[in-house]
Amino acid sequence: MNDMSNFWSGWITFIVFLNIFGCLWILWWTRRKHDDDVAEGEELHHSFDGIVEYNNPLPQWWLMMFYATIVFAFIYLALYPGLGSYKGALGWTSVNQWEHEMKKADNRFDRIFEDYAKISIKDLAKDPEAIKVGQRLFGNNCSLCHGSDAHGAVGFPNLTDTDWLYGGNAKTIKTTITGGRTGNMPPMAAVVGDATAIKDVAAHVLSLSGRKGSGDAATGKTKFAPCAGCHGQDGKGNQAFGAPNLTDNVWLYGGDEATIITTINHGRSGAMPSFKDRLSEEKIHVLTAYVYSLSK
Amino acid sequence: MSNSDLTTPQYDFAVVKQFTVMTIVWGIFGMLVGVIIAAQLAWPALNFDLPWLTYSRLRPLHTNAVIFAFGGSALFACSLYVVQRTCQTTLFAPKLASFVFWGWQLVIVSAAITLPLGLTSTKEYAELEWPIDILITIVWLSYAAVFFGTIVKRTTSHIYVANWFFGAFIICIALLHVVNSMAVPVSLWKSYSIYSGATDAMIQWWYGHNAVGFFLTAGFLGMMYYFIPKRAERPVYSYRLSIVHFWAIISLYMWAGPHHLHYTALPDWTQSLGMAFSLILLAPSWGGMINGIMTLSGAWEKLRDDPVLRFMVVALSFYGMSTFEGPMMAIKTVNALSHYTDWTVGHVHSGALGWVAMITIGCVYCLIPWLWHKKEMYSVKLVNMHFWMATIGTVLYIASMWVAGITQGLMWRAINDDGTLTYTFVEALKATYPYYIIRWVGGVMFLGGMFVMAYNAWKTIRGAGQTSTDAAAQPA
Repeated sequence: MNDMSNFWSGWITFIVFLNIFGCLWILWWTRRKHDDDVAEGEELHHSFDGIVEYNNPLPQWWLMMFYATIVFAFIYLALYPGLGSYKGALGWTSVNQWEHEMKKADNRFDRIFEDYAKISIKDLAKDPEAIKVGQRLFGNNCSLCHGSDAHGAVGFPNLTDTDWLYGGNAKTIKTTITGGRTGNMPPMAAVVGDATAIKDVAAHVLSLSGRKGSGDAATGKTKFAPCAGCHGQDGKGNQAFGAPNLTDNVWLYGGDEATIITTINHGRSGAMPSFKDRLSEEKIHVLTAYVYSLSK
Repeated sequence: MSNSDLTTPQYDFAVVKQFTVMTIVWGIFGMLVGVIIAAQLAWPALNFDLPWLTYSRLRPLHTNAVIFAFGGSALFACSLYVVQRTCQTTLFAPKLASFVFWGWQLVIVSAAITLPLGLTSTKEYAELEWPIDILITIVWLSYAAVFFGTIVKRTTSHIYVANWFFGAFIICIALLHVVNSMAVPVSLWKSYSIYSGATDAMIQWWYGHNAVGFFLTAGFLGMMYYFIPKRAERPVYSYRLSIVHFWAIISLYMWAGPHHLHYTALPDWTQSLGMAFSLILLAPSWGGMINGIMTLSGAWEKLRDDPVLRFMVVALSFYGMSTFEGPMMAIKTVNALSHYTDWTVGHVHSGALGWVAMITIGCVYCLIPWLWHKKEMYSVKLVNMHFWMATIGTVLYIASMWVAGITQGLMWRAINDDGTLTYTFVEALKATYPYYIIRWVGGVMFLGGMFVMAYNAWKTIRGAGQTSTDAAAQPA
């Protein structure tokens, strides 16, 4: 907004004044007594479909209100930006107001979090006050995806169980919140084979958690090799890639046969954003303690 | 009455009659959709998981239907009636006027089909896609030709104040519609706005706010300026006041749009100007209310017996209240609390139900007996009943939304000693539930009143009850 040209700045100022002074002029014009007119309070000479109009003056209180708002506008536009590139006597901008408020808040609240940051996450998770603070951070930053009870939803992990994609120790949780995570399983249809082969692999996957599919699990096991790269030959997953454990019957996208086949055919991708730029390190520390406390 | 006109022109009221009937029909339709989406907010399962019944698709249908179908039909009917009578001449180009009627109905039906299908330009109050936008432009220019053509062939020397307001409304809506709807079509039912970013937002709210200013304020003030003095049989209070507030309103309104975008990426100077001009707008807005209410002074006893006049005076009261509330909400510090809450929704409806619908209902209750040559409506008792249903419905609506909005605003900004937000969004939503139900009840009452009106109008037009000769209707 600082690169407004002189022309536009002048034009804006000009039409602002034109409009306001135009209003003042018409107020003056209708207030003054027109000698050639009908006397005040009398009917005007013209009539429209039987409707006539009185030549009444403008109500005094209304006129005063009109003037008062105009005076206010002049003062306001002198103090704040408005007239083109004129910055206003107070030097106010919405950005510096925001910076000022943030600074004030940081000065006031940072101490609390700095104190918490000195305590280890494991100890903090036992502090009911700190957990309440962490819960509120969770409610306003995490609950949109993970739910206000942290039970998750399809595609968004449940944080209250003991199954972790990337690991549930304090340090890993903190890393996850700070940097975010990108989970990506490629479509495997081409690698696994035709529809029958996929059904067989799905049957094998189902068998890992003790269930039966419509395909042949034994054949599926022989074709599981491309999957084992991430999920491991035993299907127990790998937290280094965030590859889910397929043996515990906890499912991120759903564990019925049809969903598993969809997952194999099309792959899956999920992303958790990084909170590095949204929350201070100290706040992430407290939030980690809360999430850590959930899975106990 | 000092009616000194000697000639009695043959008025052409065919289109006026059509639009009067459709005002009631579209009023019921638009408000019914409103009641449905109000119910969905209280009981979300009511969209039955059908895409075309979701809130996101029905909400634009509701706003388009009540503003442009209900309000639009009322404006067409009243302006084309008033311009003939106050110019003492017959309608210019009646065939073109008939095209305006059928063209506008086509616009409405197209909206009612495309919006639930999810075809939308996503611009608020201007959601219709480009082929419909072009049709609107053609119909609107035809309407302008009919209206101004009639003004040109008037037999009176002056132009009555109601016609100034109608004229300004017609010109400005043409300008707003064309500028805001400029888009690049990529297929028959998809287009992209030619503006982007903050410019697009500014154009959108320049349009959005002036749609309120010119469609829902100036146009309806035009109706007020004819029907109130007519019904009350009193002279207009002040000609001089009408001059000032007319020019002030139509010039100042144009600046007020940015108050919809306080504390956004819109440049600071634009926001300041929007706020300053919104405050100056208070006095000119009240000019119309003063002129209307003071016209009734000296005829207060008529309010006792005539529910139609009561509709009009309550409309003016709500108009005064919402045009006070508007500038207050435009103040940045107030806006920081009210913005994005249901307070805004309540404010809009104190204008939409309290002012626009109430004055429309009053005018339609005048027009129907006049147009169909009846002495009065079939049942004045039913008009009275409608009056109370509408008034109580409006009060329930806006009072519940005030409480809901302020509750939301306060909950959203509440912080704990540690600087974290006290409430999550869902908690504020939960606190709003009871008010959503009260609002819905208010809406149901208002809609119920419209059904009472439809029945009463049907009986009147069909000629049941007291019949009268032409002489008893409004004299030519």
